[in-house]
Formats: sequence, C-alpha cells, structure tokens
Amino acid sequence: MAGQTSDFPAMHFPALLAAGGLIDQATFLSGVKGFLTIYYLGLAITNAVAAFLLWHHWHRPKAALVWTIVATVFGGILAPMAGSGDPYWTPRMPEAIVSFLNSWLSGQVGAIVYTIGSVVFLSVLYLGRDFFVRPMVAWTGLNLALLAMGLSMVNQNFWQVVSKGDNIPIVGLMFLLGFFTWLATYRAVINDKRIAEGLPPLEKLDDEKVLVWPDLVYTELVCMLALTAFLLVWGILIQAPLEQPASSVKTPNPSKAPWYFLGLQEMLVYFDPWMAGVVAPSLIIVGLMAIPYLDFNKKGMGYYTINERKFAYLNFQFGFLVLWVTLIVMGTVLRGPNWNFFGPFEPWDSHKVEALKNVDLSEYFWIGLLNRGLPKAPTGSGFFVELGYILLRESPGFILMGIYLFVVPPALAIGTTLFRNMYLKMGFLRYMLMTNLLLMMAILPIKMALRWSFNLKYIIHIDEWFLNF
Amino acid sequence: MGRPGILHPGNGVTSILSFPRSSAHSLRPLPMPSLGELVRNSQIWKSVFRHPAPLDRRNRIVVMLTNFFLHLHPVSVKKQGIALSYTWCMGGVTFFLFLVETVTGVLLMFYYRPTLEWAYADILALRDVASLGILRELHRWGAHAMVITVWLHMYRVFLTGSYKPPREFNWVVGVVLLLLTLLLSFTGYLLPWDQLAIWAITVGSNMARATPILGYEGPFQGVLNVDGIDMITQGSDARFGLLGARFVGEETLNRFYVLHCVAIPLAAALLIAIHFWRVRKDGGISAPL
Repeated sequence: MAGQTSDFPAMHFPALLAAGGLIDQATFLSGVKGFLTIYYLGLAITNAVAAFLLWHHWHRPKAALVWTIVATVFGGILAPMAGSGDPYWTPRMPEAIVSFLNSWLSGQVGAIVYTIGSVVFLSVLYLGRDFFVRPMVAWTGLNLALLAMGLSMVNQNFWQVVSKGDNIPIVGLMFLLGFFTWLATYRAVINDKRIAEGLPPLEKLDDEKVLVWPDLVYTELVCMLALTAFLLVWGILIQAPLEQPASSVKTPNPSKAPWYFLGLQEMLVYFDPWMAGVVAPSLIIVGLMAIPYLDFNKKGMGYYTINERKFAYLNFQFGFLVLWVTLIVMGTVLRGPNWNFFGPFEPWDSHKVEALKNVDLSEYFWIGLLNRGLPKAPTGSGFFVELGYILLRESPGFILMGIYLFVVPPALAIGTTLFRNMYLKMGFLRYMLMTNLLLMMAILPIKMALRWSFNLKYIIHIDEWFLNF
Repeated sequence: MGRPGILHPGNGVTSILSFPRSSAHSLRPLPMPSLGELVRNSQIWKSVFRHPAPLDRRNRIVVMLTNFFLHLHPVSVKKQGIALSYTWCMGGVTFFLFLVETVTGVLLMFYYRPTLEWAYADILALRDVASLGILRELHRWGAHAMVITVWLHMYRVFLTGSYKPPREFNWVVGVVLLLLTLLLSFTGYLLPWDQLAIWAITVGSNMARATPILGYEGPFQGVLNVDGIDMITQGSDARFGLLGARFVGEETLNRFYVLHCVAIPLAAALLIAIHFWRVRKDGGISAPL
C-alpha cells in the first residue's frame, strides 16, 4: 500500500484521486451519500434543538416554529434526497450559481472579484452590525452557509479541495472565526449601546468574585474531556494525509506551503520572495508586538467594544480578517496548478495559461511618459557611475516610496484631526513607527490594485542588487 | 454538604490504614465506613492530599494553594472574567493542545526514525502496523487545532483590549509563542517525508534564500565580501543555515527533527511558563478593571 494517497476522500474513492481527475457522478455520490445524509441530519438536529430552546427557554413560539420547519426540511427532505445517492435527487448547487461563480471567480478576474468581494462583504457586515448580530439573523446566515456547503460538496471539484485532510482545518477555521466574530460583535454592539446611554458595559455589571474551585476547574475539566473526545473522533474518522514518498525530482503542481503560510505565498504573486517571505513576516511579528506600545487609547480594556476603539479595531480586522485569513482561504481553495486562480467548482486544469505582461514603474515613467529609453550607464563605467544611473533609473519609485512613507504621515497629521490627535499624544517617533507599520500593511492591497489596473510589476526594480519591490 | 467523613476525617471513622482516634472514648458501635472513606482516611491518601476534599470554602481555598497543578490559578477570579462568552477558553485550550502534542509526540518518537531510509516507512508503519493507529492523526489534527486556537486566543485578547497596560509585555511574549507555534508546525510538517512534506518545506524555506544581505538571492547579497569574494553563497546563506544543506535533504530532516522535538518545545515551554506567570502578576486573567 506504500505511496497510496490516504486522506479522507481516498478512503471512499481511491479512483478519484489516483486518476487525479473526476469519476462518474453516480459512483462519487454513492461514496459521499452517507456523509451527506449525516450532514443534513446534523443540521436538522441543530435546528430542532434551537427551536426547542426558543420555545421552552426563551418563550418565542413563532421563531421556534420557523426553525422547526427548517429542521424538518433538512431532516425530512434534504437528508433522504442526499441519502438516495441518485444524481437526479441529490440536492446540489443550482447550475446558474455554479456557472456564475466559475466564470466570475476564475483567472485574473477571479482574484479581483474574490478580494474586493471579501472586503465589501466584511464591510457590509461591519456597517450593518446592529442588524447582522441579531441572533436570528446570524443563525439564518449560519444555516445558509452550511446549506451552501452541503450543496457544494456534491460537486467533485469542490469536494476534492475541501475534503483534503489538511484543508479540513481551514473549513473549520472559517466557521469558528465566523462564530467568534459574531459573538464578539454581538457583545460589542450591546456594550456600545449601553455606553452611549451612559451605562457600564456588560462585563462591569457584576463585580462578584468566585472561587476557582469549583467554578473554573470544572469548566477546564469539561473542556479537556470534550476536546479529547473531539480529537479522538477526528482522528478516527479522518486519516492524516500521506502522499507518495518524497522525491526531489517530481515537483507537484501546485506546490503549496503549509496552510497558515498561504497568505505569504499569495504575496509572492505581487512581491519578490525577500519581501513576501522575509520582510513581511518580520514586519507582521514586529507590528503585532508593537500594538500595546502604539495603542494609547485607555478605553476598551476588559470588555468588547468597537465604537470606543474604532481605529485599532478596524486596522486589526483589516490585517487579520482581510489580509491574513481571506488570503489563506484563497490560497487553499482557489489557487490551483501554476498558482492560477480557479473557481470553487472549476476543475484544476494544469494547462490553463494566463500570460500577463507586467510592466515596471520605471518603464512606465521613462518609456511610457518621457518616451525615451531607460537610463543606462555606459559600458565599462565605474561603480559610482553605475550606482548613479541605477538610482536615476529607479528614481520615480524611490520618490514615490519616500513620499508614501515619509510625507504621507506628516500630511495626515496636518490634514486630519484624527491623526493630529494621535501625533500629539504619541510624539514623533511613535507616530512615525505606527503610520509606517500601517502603510507597510497597506502596501499589499495597493500593490494588488496596481497590478490589476496597470499590470504594474515593480515600483522599484533593481535586478543588479536583487532589490525588486 | 457532603458526608461528615469527608469534611471531618477521623471523626468517628476508622481506617485499617490509619490510627483510630476517637473510638477508644466511644461506646457506641461505629458505622461501617464506606470504601471511599477508607481510602480518603488512609495515611497514603492523606500524604498526597494534605487536606480534606474541597467541599467547603476553606478547603476550596486550601486546595488551590497546596496542589502543584492547581497553583497556576489564583484562589478566586472575577465571575465575568471566566464567563465562556467572554473568555472563549482559547488560551487554556491551546495549552491543553500543547500537552496533547507533547504526549503524542513522545509516543511517536518511539516509532519514528528521522532518516531518509526509515522516515517514510515508519510513518506508514504507524498507520498500518502500530497499535493505537491514530497516534499520528491525533498529533497532526492537534497541531492544526493548536494553530487555530492560538489565533482565536489572540483575537479575543485583542478584541477585549487585554493587551493594554499593564499587560503589554505579556502580549509580546504571546506573539513570540505564536511564532513558536507556527515554527513547531512547520518543522513537524517535514517529518513524514512524503511529497506533501518535502515540497511544502521547499516552498517555505526557499524564502530564506531571499533574506536581505544574508540570502544567496536576497537584496544586497554582495555586501558581505572579502576582497571581492562573496561570503554569502548557496553553501553559506540563511537558507543553508535553516536546511543544513543546499536543498531539503537528510541534513534538513535531522535538523528539523531536533528543532521540532527538542529545541522549539523547550523554548515554548519556558515562554508558556513566563506567559502564565505574567498573567498572574499583571493583574490576573482579563476582566474589566
């Protein structure tokens, strides 16, 4: 059995992965029908429990009725349909949505739509947070997401990606992050309303102290037991991935870093390795460490709030949810062979070609704007002449970056009250450090936008020193 | 509140393992002690647990002060601070996963040899031959879960502003622990020595080649030179230091094995201890001031 690919799908469909392609849909469905039935039954039970709690605990019979109906649909209709294993009856994503997503989330356009879509989606959630955190709205959203998940898993291309052993944690991460972001925002919205009314936040209502034994140690015990059980079940159900023995001659396509580094690997599309693989991670670590020394806002400690610390909140969420998590999801689910962008239901075709001619800023400036060649030192000139010509050639990029990092912060401090107050409170050094860290974070989406709109390759391109930015 | 035998040991209860104290003065027949009471009143039990069961307030305090494992905790905490919807328990869960990884990791080390000849075969044997055939699964899924729970823990700490003074330094320690968690996972990724492992590490470690000044293909790689001879070559740059070779090979496997099983866990254990210590010293677990 040596060398057999042995993650989850392979337990049911060795043929699917061995061939690397797709198998007969009926054969595929007969393999997943058991899992899908359990999946829909699980959704039915979850909604039934929610309905019971609504009726019995929170005394909301109408809401309880709605979720009872939902539970009945999941358990009584979708579960048996999925259990039939019949391509006709198994619930699947409507063809219109599949082709829509496959055409809009594919190729160069796909990367743009996905990234901007994620930002818009999160912004809508943020701006409408008073509405979206309502338990019934959030519960509806969760049900829709889980339903979309169930409908999508019937698609073999989608299934191959999400059921890969090491990708399952990412599916889990998305739902966990969704849940915890909801929970935090839910509490923040309540607290912000209370603070606006002059009331203390929820967390300050009750100053009571309790003994750690039994109030905390029992929670810990239950957590440990539950987690152990969870890991055991996970370990029994899903085998750890093991591919062919290592071979330094057979390069897999795509070659992906471990999933938590996929955001950095995605950066490689827009930056050279020294930036994506060395400088950016270092800046992330340094920037995270610097947070407590830069955030001088004394409010919002020990309770959830958004309004009392909007600047810190939005910057952190932009860095974490947008730049870190969505890029990981993109790298995992949507990046296929040759690091091309593939729709969630699109087959991973390694022959898909996306030729792009990217242009440097210096070329735009000297050739495009001034209509002359790039400045080039005469052959045989000395080191300093060479240096001078290189600096001259890349001067547009240097000037632009200089303005970006050293003129924008003072301009912000002069032009806006928000930043002026920060400058006054933080002093010159701390203010420049904070703005520079934030500007370096923002350079990634800026470079993305420049690539998409102008095919910009490098702002500074000095191959002579491997210094391309 | 509990049986008298537990609250007041020796109060009319005898044990074959302890001296009867009051029976000589009493003419009443003694009630038959239950097995639990016999055990709890024995000299052995009392030598381990220096006080009665934590059923009343006094003993619930004493247990936190005398038990080594429990003394990480304070005696009492703010009720709001331990509310599940506030704290999410993710720091504790991460620590528990670290322990799970340590235990399963030690067990895996019984089977696994980090050599080109045996690494892959041992992983296969772990799946197909070894008893408790889910050892590697527990270790791998636990590792993925740990990365996620570290993130969720930091997420909560940020969203509740718990890094603010006086906890700045502990946040910094936490960031280092995040880095160590990722490095633990990254070094462990190579050990199965399959295609997934070697190429993920190749992709990841290729970045080190581009380290400014210290990388063979990094910016300013030519700065470090003596009489025009580059000090930074393929055989001496940052990537070489990480891999122990010019490409991911046996030296890398050995290097990552040692980092994964000894060096990083030790560093992480030390920092976890500091992290917990500082939680206590910096005002206890997060709660409103």
